[in-house]
Amino acid sequence: MDWVLIITQLLNGLQLGLLLFLLASGLTLVFGIMDFVNLAHGALYMIGAYFCATLTEFTGSFLWGLLIAVPVTAAAGALLEISIIRRLYSKDHLDHVLATFGLILCFDTAVHFLWGPEGKAIPLPTFLDGRVTILPGIEFPTFRLSIILTGLLLAFVLYFIITHTKMGMLIRAGASNRQMVSAHGIDIKSLFTVVFAVGAAMAGFAGMMISPITEASIGMGNEIIIVAFVVIIIGGIGSIKGAFLAAILVGLIDTMGRSFLDTLLKLILSAENAETAAPALSAMAIYILMAAILAVRPQGLFPPKGR
Amino acid sequence: MFKKFLLLASAGLMAIGPAVAAEKVKIGFVTTITTPAGVIGKDMVDAVNLAMEDIGGKMAGLDVELIVEDDGFKPAIGKQKTDKLVKQDKVQFVTGFIWSHVLLASQKSALGAGKFLISSNAGPSQMAGKLCHKNFFSTSWQNDQTPMAMGEVLNLNNVKSLYVMAPNYAAGKNMVAGVTRTFKGKIVGKDLTKWGKDAQLDFSAELAKAKASGAEGIFVFYPGKAGGAFIKQYAQAGLQGKIPLYSVFTVDSIALPKLQKANMNGVMGSVMTQFWAPDLDTPQNKKFVSGFKKKYGRYPSFYAAQSYDTIFLIKSAVEAVKGNLSNKDGMRSAMEKANFPSVRGKFSYGNNHFPIQNFYSREVVKDSDGVWTTSVREVVLKNHQDTYAKDCLM
Repeated sequence: MDWVLIITQLLNGLQLGLLLFLLASGLTLVFGIMDFVNLAHGALYMIGAYFCATLTEFTGSFLWGLLIAVPVTAAAGALLEISIIRRLYSKDHLDHVLATFGLILCFDTAVHFLWGPEGKAIPLPTFLDGRVTILPGIEFPTFRLSIILTGLLLAFVLYFIITHTKMGMLIRAGASNRQMVSAHGIDIKSLFTVVFAVGAAMAGFAGMMISPITEASIGMGNEIIIVAFVVIIIGGIGSIKGAFLAAILVGLIDTMGRSFLDTLLKLILSAENAETAAPALSAMAIYILMAAILAVRPQGLFPPKGR
Repeated sequence: MFKKFLLLASAGLMAIGPAVAAEKVKIGFVTTITTPAGVIGKDMVDAVNLAMEDIGGKMAGLDVELIVEDDGFKPAIGKQKTDKLVKQDKVQFVTGFIWSHVLLASQKSALGAGKFLISSNAGPSQMAGKLCHKNFFSTSWQNDQTPMAMGEVLNLNNVKSLYVMAPNYAAGKNMVAGVTRTFKGKIVGKDLTKWGKDAQLDFSAELAKAKASGAEGIFVFYPGKAGGAFIKQYAQAGLQGKIPLYSVFTVDSIALPKLQKANMNGVMGSVMTQFWAPDLDTPQNKKFVSGFKKKYGRYPSFYAAQSYDTIFLIKSAVEAVKGNLSNKDGMRSAMEKANFPSVRGKFSYGNNHFPIQNFYSREVVKDSDGVWTTSVREVVLKNHQDTYAKDCLM
């Protein structure tokens, strides 16, 4: 196997992992701090992408589209929290699942109604649409590289906020023991709104970054949200560090499975069987990992302290 | 008293008489309306509605009722909807079907109940071979045929090594089998990717493999929205100009407007094979394409063309029996003659009720208004019959 291919695939895996991290970080905070199961997190990923597509069309530039769409998505997230989600915290998990599943249907239909069924492509500016030579002989699409860089940057910013600011301290405290935080007179209500809005913005940003590659479409969040749940379960619910490492792990496993599993399987199976089995097996690989981790370490790899 | 009763009874019978004559032609149309693949279903339903307008909503003087059902891109739901059309709506014709796996799951519900089943798109090998049925017809093609034509194009272009990518489902496997059958060079790599409601749309890993394989060409089959996503990533990964793209059912009137909007020039001049193109020179096709553009403001896709033909095929059958819908043998032998104005021109049906027809190479071009569309180049396979017809014992 040649090393150019292996390095390219490692980068592809890293890119997928960071995209998953953007989505999973909001999910893990909302689940960890508010104890709220938000299936509709994927809908925020979708509307972020649609906002960005429309704003890109309107402003004529993807960067402007991105810059405006992120706060708009955050605002949409805050609005959603204040109007609906807030009323659900006191209910149990099953009600959360039911209500947010309903929200998915509402969002999907609203997008169908507003933007039509055919999906929206987002054109990239020329300087993002090409390729860069990373090492001699290794060319990588510029846009995928920019997903890696912005993903790493955001992960660092989030890490800094959570470990070095008062807000971060409250978030960590909330993840460990919610009642205790509110007993200390902290305005937990607005903390929740802020966390939810930030989570929405991160999810929306992930949607905006994938759409120039695959395009914005109805239901685009519904499949990836399941993988995001796998990520937060592997990483430990409520932990940003866990989400980060688990997302990269899942991204690498998925990409490496798709790249090399059929070659490996051909050593033990007939070519035809290997070709059919490989995509199925590589799709299953991350769930097998999750099952194994749940069996050995049910709290996940890096659970928040005090749980 | 008794006389009066007789009189009433005969009056009653007379009242029933005209009601029987006013029977309706009921056509069920199963396609995908929801999910991102709904964009294909929309094109098909638009075409069927246009056809209904063009025939004035009547066949042999009978009113025609169209019932559209959404399969949600899932075989199980497709079957449920077929059952509903057969049992509840009591249609005479079940038509539509984009997806081979949905058609395979649904065929028994329609054929078992003695209904006519007309596929407006899906052409799985099973329906052409072992599962062929006297009441099944296709207005499209058998899956393998279009990629077989592509194999010939690759041979003509002197391509020696090929990388193959397709979704992992019934039609994807047929497409790969088709191109493998006629392509004389070496297939250096193959990827079957996840398909269905949660289809894989990010092909980073596969494209990196294709690039590393050093193939002289890449063959893909990605219908619907996956096509646009693939083309974009193909250009972004820098394969354009290095590994030429040969596609089937991927670059169509559904993908092109979006590719044009995103300014993906790389698709210009890319080669594909098809039984039809918007500029195919037949009277029915001119009427269809100009009517469709006038009504909907866009080019029709091949899905739309096949759906338009479906209505005219049914009309030829209903007219042949003068509206007597209980004469199934008469309708069947009328359809076997393929005696209707088809957008593809004159063709005939094989023993398995799949068309024996020409396949053309076509290319992406700009039309006189600057809109990207596809245009016919030359005939690649003339009057071609699928290879599974010999397995059909009918």
